[in-house]
Amino acid sequence: MAQSPIGSPVLRREGGAKLAGATQYTDDLRIPGLLHGVTVRSPVARGRLRAVHFGEGIPWEEFTIVRAADIPGRNAVAHILEDQPCLVDGEIRHAEEAVLLLAHEDRALAELARTRVRLDFEALPAVLSLDEALETRERVWGEDNTFKRILIEKGDPFDWAAAPRVHEGTYRTGAQEHVYIEPNAMIAEASPDGVLARGSLQCPYYVHHSLQALLGLPPERIRVVQLDTGGGFGGKEDFPSMIAAHAALLSWKAGGRPVKIAYDREEDMACTTKRHPSRTRIRSAFAPDGTLLALEIEFILDGGAYLTLSPVVLSRGALHASGPYRCGHIRIEARAVATNTPPHGAFRGFGAPQSLFAIERHMTEAARRLGMDPAELRRKNLLRPGDTMATGQVLRDAVDLPALMDRALAEIGYREKRPLDARLHERPGRPRRGIGFAVFMHGGGFTGGGEVFLGSVAAVEGTVEGRFRVLAASTEIGQGATTVFGQIAAEALGCPLEAVEVARPDTAVVPNSGPTVASRTTQVVGKLIFDAALALRKTLLESGHLAEGGDVSAAARAFIAARGALRAESRYQKPPFVQWDDAAYRGDAYATYAWACYAAEVSADSRTYEVRVEDFVAVQEVGRVVNPTLAAGQIEGGVAQGIGWALSEEVVWRDGRMANAQMTNYLIPTSADLPRIRAFFEESPYPYGPGGAKGIGELPMDGPAPAILNAVQEALGVEARELPLTPERLLDLVEPEAADG
Amino acid sequence: MAEKILLWMTVNGEARSAEVFPMARLLDVIREDWGLTGTKEGCGEGECGACSVILDGVLVNACLIPAVQAQGGELLTVEGLARKGELDPLQEAFLHHGGAQCGFCTPGMLMAGTHLLAQGGPGDEAEARAGLAGNLCRCTGYNRIVDAVLAARREHP
Ligand code: FES
Ligand code: FES
Repeated sequence: MAQSPIGSPVLRREGGAKLAGATQYTDDLRIPGLLHGVTVRSPVARGRLRAVHFGEGIPWEEFTIVRAADIPGRNAVAHILEDQPCLVDGEIRHAEEAVLLLAHEDRALAELARTRVRLDFEALPAVLSLDEALETRERVWGEDNTFKRILIEKGDPFDWAAAPRVHEGTYRTGAQEHVYIEPNAMIAEASPDGVLARGSLQCPYYVHHSLQALLGLPPERIRVVQLDTGGGFGGKEDFPSMIAAHAALLSWKAGGRPVKIAYDREEDMACTTKRHPSRTRIRSAFAPDGTLLALEIEFILDGGAYLTLSPVVLSRGALHASGPYRCGHIRIEARAVATNTPPHGAFRGFGAPQSLFAIERHMTEAARRLGMDPAELRRKNLLRPGDTMATGQVLRDAVDLPALMDRALAEIGYREKRPLDARLHERPGRPRRGIGFAVFMHGGGFTGGGEVFLGSVAAVEGTVEGRFRVLAASTEIGQGATTVFGQIAAEALGCPLEAVEVARPDTAVVPNSGPTVASRTTQVVGKLIFDAALALRKTLLESGHLAEGGDVSAAARAFIAARGALRAESRYQKPPFVQWDDAAYRGDAYATYAWACYAAEVSADSRTYEVRVEDFVAVQEVGRVVNPTLAAGQIEGGVAQGIGWALSEEVVWRDGRMANAQMTNYLIPTSADLPRIRAFFEESPYPYGPGGAKGIGELPMDGPAPAILNAVQEALGVEARELPLTPERLLDLVEPEAADG
Repeated sequence: MAEKILLWMTVNGEARSAEVFPMARLLDVIREDWGLTGTKEGCGEGECGACSVILDGVLVNACLIPAVQAQGGELLTVEGLARKGELDPLQEAFLHHGGAQCGFCTPGMLMAGTHLLAQGGPGDEAEARAGLAGNLCRCTGYNRIVDAVLAARREHP
């Protein structure tokens, strides 16, 4: 073959259809006999539901109406726990909580009817922020509003009194809304014989699992199919289970008629999950020469009203909290707390962007306070292969972090531009410039023993036409999963790309390769596909149908003609060196990490306090790059989301509700707000990834915010510690008197 | 409620009509009456540009246009770009540059890009960025979309 499929910029498989406008997303399907489902929600953050009144002027008898009492199985959206009800049954724990479901053939009438339902409730005092949860004046979960605690300790207790230099800071990040451009949508057809749920989602088997408990049906009577999905970013990880549940309940009650629930933008923004708000306190000790001696980190996440995925998000945040630094004494105390806001959930990065923001801001502050260049302080302390990380994990990745950092700094012109910036700053009234950067890592795949627990399976099969089909539950959500899977399978099979198909994720067809999350699709599931494809090729070789260098398709045809089916499966096996103790939080937190240094040049207007990113460089080591176009696209898109989180994306809360649930006042970056994002890859093949690849999906979310706020420190000399850094917040920092007046 | 009107338009070069309420959103007519679901709804309030179409040579958000206002107009939607199953040069450029990821903003982006090209622009990257700023994409960070539009302009001036 001319070029090996892995490593080449293969065009996106479904690209032609997307460009022709022919791709059908959930709301594009035309389904005969369809009912439109809508959700009646709680207006209060905490309370008791007393009664539901159906108002005048609506032909209620034409409606299908579902309340908690109609649920055939358990009233729960099953994830880690079954604490979150699918519909309120008496107790209201957050605003926008679903109380009642309505369905009608006329979408407009269904929308109108929703506004005519009046809920009679008794409001109770609510806990509306992380700080209020910690005060525990009101208890909304357990003894102290705590969903989960994690403690990570390395080294003996440190003698802080004897520390030569100590720096402390508290860093905060706000909620972030995913704003996938396609709002959530699901279609369900449910009868006692079985249920079919289709829609926009990341994790078919999560929905599958959740519907079993809800409907009291065995797994084989439930089928979940992913339809083309217009973005996810974690936002379609757990919430589609809720929407599928609602649609299925309505359909069940309506005698199996298909029901669609398609959220509009406002409902999607206000009611679905967001990135967990966080507070991180860091105390660090340094030797006079800048050697990092000790780190004490308290990391807190606001989980919202139900546990959902918060313990796992907390875990990833805690495991990244000490950053890419060598340090003898580390203590990380992490805690996810309960509040009465809608549950926060998965969002690209999954806790790591929050804790990495804190440590990477902290290191630049500490450098300045020590009178050092932030690059030199980092150079002294960056992890090197063989060093021990916070959990005792010995770093095996062959990564040269100082070199990554130097490359990023060279690309952005750190050494040349900074003296010029200093001169610029002497001229009052002009926008000030600054360059900041962050060094960080992102663990690929599930935390600790998570991948072993999942035990994912993927398969490759031959067809009678001599083609090959990849079978995995991992979804294409824009990241390029199907293209990458095709490349991986073609490489292992030794066949042309065109001979490989990738099956649509359908629980009736594909094995459970786990959820499409955690930067695991290429690294973990891709490896399963690679191994399954190799096994299939081996079968063909050993059966004598294939000779080395021979035509694999012809061999597959001959094999199938002679023996029937041709299929190989692969089940996850951890790399042999991985040891993890979940009780002690010790060991190899992740089998491998992607590593990066991101640098931002900003201008800060000294009159409007607007910060603009003028240049952005993203240098990363991600193992072998499977597809350069798609990989760069992932980095660029992730950086854009990171820039939005850093500067403009602010969820405004009012009494536990999102007050700005609109694209007009929740501001994601436009093309005019962003510079060209310049991505660079270093490739150091990871032996346990497909063709040497590692996960990259989440990495780019981690670096932009600290890099940008570090740049603002260089430009204006302020220690900004809270995201997003809106002009108002920056004004507060630069001119505290003006802001107070 | 108002009486329905007969809306007739030239849609992607073909005559089409529909009986609709005068204030029906053009977006719903396009998607529901004519089944042209390539045009998307991302916000319904004129902010995201997923519903961008070209009406009488002007780039508009179909979610904001009442049907009555489009009466007799000439409409171009994403389905009208390809000719006989062949992608047009801008679509080709999107494909090759990786300008579409999840694809949901893509039809609107293509219409915005088509409109920019029809105006003789964009002359450079800054113009492309300004010209596409009414269309939100959450996946790509825009590099590849901007590149695709610039490439289409370079290669098919
Ligand atoms: S749907 Fe029309 S602008 Fe967003
Ligand atoms: S490609 Fe997904 S929103 Fe643009």
